[in-house]
Amino acid sequence: MKFGVVQFPGSNCDFDAFHALRNVMKRPTVMLWHKDHDLQGVDCVVLPGGFAYGDYLRVGAIARFSPLMQEVRTFARGGGRVLGICNGFQVLLELGLLPGAMLRNKDLKFLCQHVHIRVEDAKTDFTRAARKGQVLRIPIAHFDGNYYAPARTLRDIERNGQVVFRYCEADGTVTAEANVNGSMGNIAGIRNTEGNVLGLMPHPERASEALLGSEDGRTIFESLILSLERRKPARRPAAGKAARHD
Amino acid sequence: MIDKALLDQHNLTEDEYRLIVELIGKEPNLTELGIFSVMWSEHCGYKSSRVHLKKLPTEGSRVVQGPGENAGILDIGDGQVVVFKIESHNHPSYIEPYQGAATGVGGILRDIFTMGARPIAVLDSLRFGPPDDPKNRSVMEGVVSGIAGYGNSIGVPTVGGEVYFDPCYALNPLVNVFCLGLADKDKIFYAKAEGAGNKVLYVGAKTGRDGIHGATMASAEFGKETEHKRPNVQVGDPFREKLLVEACLEVMDRGIIVGIQDMGAAGLTCSTMEMAAKGGMGIVVDLDKVPQREIGMTPYEILLSESQERMLLVAAPEKVAAVQAIFAKWDLDAPVIGEVIEGGRARISFKGEVVVDVPVDAVVNLCPAYNRPIVAPAPPPPAPDLDVLPLPADLGDVFLKILASPTIADKQWVFRQYDHMVQVNTVFLPGADAAVLRIKGSKKALAMTLDGNGLYTRLDPRTGARIAVAEACRNLACVGARPIGVTNCLNFGNPEKPEVMGQFEQAVTGIAEACRTFAIPVTGGNVSFYNDTEGLSIHPTPVLGIVGIIKDIRKAVRPGFRAAGDTVVLIGESLEELGGTEYLKTFHGLEAGAPPAIDLEQEKLNQEFLLDSIEAGLIRSAHDLSEGGLAVALAECAFHGQGQVGCAIDLDDAGRDDALLFGESQSRIVVTCRRANVAGLLKGAVAAGVPAKAIGRTGGTAILVRRSGREILHVPVDEAFHAWKDSLPAFFKVRT
Repeated sequence: MKFGVVQFPGSNCDFDAFHALRNVMKRPTVMLWHKDHDLQGVDCVVLPGGFAYGDYLRVGAIARFSPLMQEVRTFARGGGRVLGICNGFQVLLELGLLPGAMLRNKDLKFLCQHVHIRVEDAKTDFTRAARKGQVLRIPIAHFDGNYYAPARTLRDIERNGQVVFRYCEADGTVTAEANVNGSMGNIAGIRNTEGNVLGLMPHPERASEALLGSEDGRTIFESLILSLERRKPARRPAAGKAARHD
Repeated sequence: MIDKALLDQHNLTEDEYRLIVELIGKEPNLTELGIFSVMWSEHCGYKSSRVHLKKLPTEGSRVVQGPGENAGILDIGDGQVVVFKIESHNHPSYIEPYQGAATGVGGILRDIFTMGARPIAVLDSLRFGPPDDPKNRSVMEGVVSGIAGYGNSIGVPTVGGEVYFDPCYALNPLVNVFCLGLADKDKIFYAKAEGAGNKVLYVGAKTGRDGIHGATMASAEFGKETEHKRPNVQVGDPFREKLLVEACLEVMDRGIIVGIQDMGAAGLTCSTMEMAAKGGMGIVVDLDKVPQREIGMTPYEILLSESQERMLLVAAPEKVAAVQAIFAKWDLDAPVIGEVIEGGRARISFKGEVVVDVPVDAVVNLCPAYNRPIVAPAPPPPAPDLDVLPLPADLGDVFLKILASPTIADKQWVFRQYDHMVQVNTVFLPGADAAVLRIKGSKKALAMTLDGNGLYTRLDPRTGARIAVAEACRNLACVGARPIGVTNCLNFGNPEKPEVMGQFEQAVTGIAEACRTFAIPVTGGNVSFYNDTEGLSIHPTPVLGIVGIIKDIRKAVRPGFRAAGDTVVLIGESLEELGGTEYLKTFHGLEAGAPPAIDLEQEKLNQEFLLDSIEAGLIRSAHDLSEGGLAVALAECAFHGQGQVGCAIDLDDAGRDDALLFGESQSRIVVTCRRANVAGLLKGAVAAGVPAKAIGRTGGTAILVRRSGREILHVPVDEAFHAWKDSLPAFFKVRT
């Protein structure tokens, strides 16, 4: 399978996602330029973290208008897998591919730290290498990660089981203290109703190598590889030792 | 007409003016005067410091580029080099903390990528007034958010640094920013304009009226009217800088430019003049072609503007289109504004008239150097007589107070506002003795640290400066890195005061001596004088940025205790020294006495021994002893460990209990090793001529210290942890 990492002006985790997918996960990966209209036949589009267009006006607000995003929208509507990380998640919200919006963190400060997130649904294409209830330790780094949705939208999201990750304690308990940015319902990541688009604030690409302190982020990439290479979930890819918390 | 008042406004003396007239063979016009004013300012011309900086060792087998360029360059093997430098942005950060600090980051990043290196790490050395004053807190919040706002956005991790508090920095905070970049050795670029007929291109932000005379501002004392200088502070745009980084690295990678220089202090003036001077050429510039943000700007304003995010490139005429195409890809214009010429003159025109015509050499290289009057620094206030100084009844209480003192307390409140992980190289997060970054595709790693203790340097400039170098190297040794090179940021008061020059001369001497001992070259740095506000000077504060290499990242060592049951070994000798300590300052309210003594040769032996032991795999954790002494070091080892492992320590040294716990004797490191390795380690120490002894065991839930069987400190790790951890955030609680 082939990954494509979108490069907006101001993306700054583009090379990190590229490194994790190509050098760590060992899958063909290409960079996709925001001015192009060509998705180069990728099986999964990754919208990386950063500050696309400086995040001026509002996070993700300008990036949604770039030429490539029109192709990504079509790709997603056709069932293509799209993963939005941090700023990529914010762009997906602006693009309308995922519901809700981001507010500034509750303490009005940028936060860069490791957090724990609980896998709420292990049946998605992004989590099938994990167990339901598994706790992943992955860093966040954002100023605007305080997830917000109107009451009715939030009810729908919960009812449809679209919440894939929640901020939690190391033992998996979902608490107010673990909710560092103040997100509604401790939401750290959601999917669309069809299940082919996922956005999350934590950075799995920063937690893909033991040397950097955690390999838990690989679970998400491994899940995508499992889904797209149509292997059975039981057969882990050779590189995989993601399910550390088993 | 140029008169005394106009010269004063330009911070030029009458002697300097006479020299200018002599060098250029005419009376300068106002624009030319402005050019000399910035280029001959203390900030750009180093006129008070140059004669002293010559003492610093600058040679070494790894040195590719020493002082004099945008940044120093060292060879790290495998065809790669590191490019690094530190710079101050003190004055702007007091006037406008957010933008002052943000543009400080932006400026140093440009110094690095202009040489062809991708910036991979930023560290900051910050000093503020005590955080119990709302004004100091507001400056600190602004500075920290400014660093975060710029660094996070551009995607360069802020991986470490230091934060100190002292009343002397209340009206003159220090913001020193260090940046390191990585480049291929065969793709280094210099700020040289070569080849007559080559084109000069301007890229980046449009020129506005911001920051005019910023460099001159940084070269004078501040009075009460500094608020009026707010318009002199530039405004940063990290998004544009990110585009500039990518576009510039792309044209450099393609090899289609001849030279490149950023427009930092003194803007277009400095970049054009310096590039021409370094290439031994002249330059013509047409100011009408310079992209401008405001209408009606005069040549003086265009040339002296310090608008941010601008670069100057030189390219062969046939490559101009290709260069412009790459900038267009990144949505940046790259107009041609001039040309390289023979003859060594800068001719700048505006609306068809030549407004500047001066020899570049005079502007760039002939700034006078002053050997300013010096008086020996006053001896420090005498140390309190240890026979009279009361010994506190409850040392546990003192211990908690020291842990909670802002200088010692946990800095997570600061560091978590910085993205310290982007670029996925950060192996040790902030809080370790040194920042550690892997080099992708190599088992080597880079370590770097910033160090300086202003109080030590105030009490004894030469010793304080030696300690700064020694401690930075010790920090590197604690993670397993051998030092390879130094950059320094020398923050001092008004050089026209002989006692300040005395401090400066002594401090530079101390740095030179220590660098020679460690055989590490100084590859550049920055001098920031005039850190005086309303007549008060800061502590003389040299900040040392030292870079090291870890041969094998798998052998790098962290400060935290690893597990219960390991043996704690103290390397180095504890003396009964209390002068200049955090303990005296925090508990007794005294900034007095001589700082701890330092024996550089012994320090080197201790560090070499530690490094050899780490490389031999004997060491499980290592942490240096600095402010707060042994007690604070043990606490930090406990906090940084897995599961907050405590320790039980037994000492039999002579002297006072407080000196034993909180004294800051130098050259000491607390390490742990497996019990089975203790004998071997101690034997090795004897052979190496290094004092070392087993002082206890890790384990338990308390930090326990006994002296000849008598308990002198017994505090639960958890209680100590909260004193340390909760202190700084408590000052900044959102008050609703």
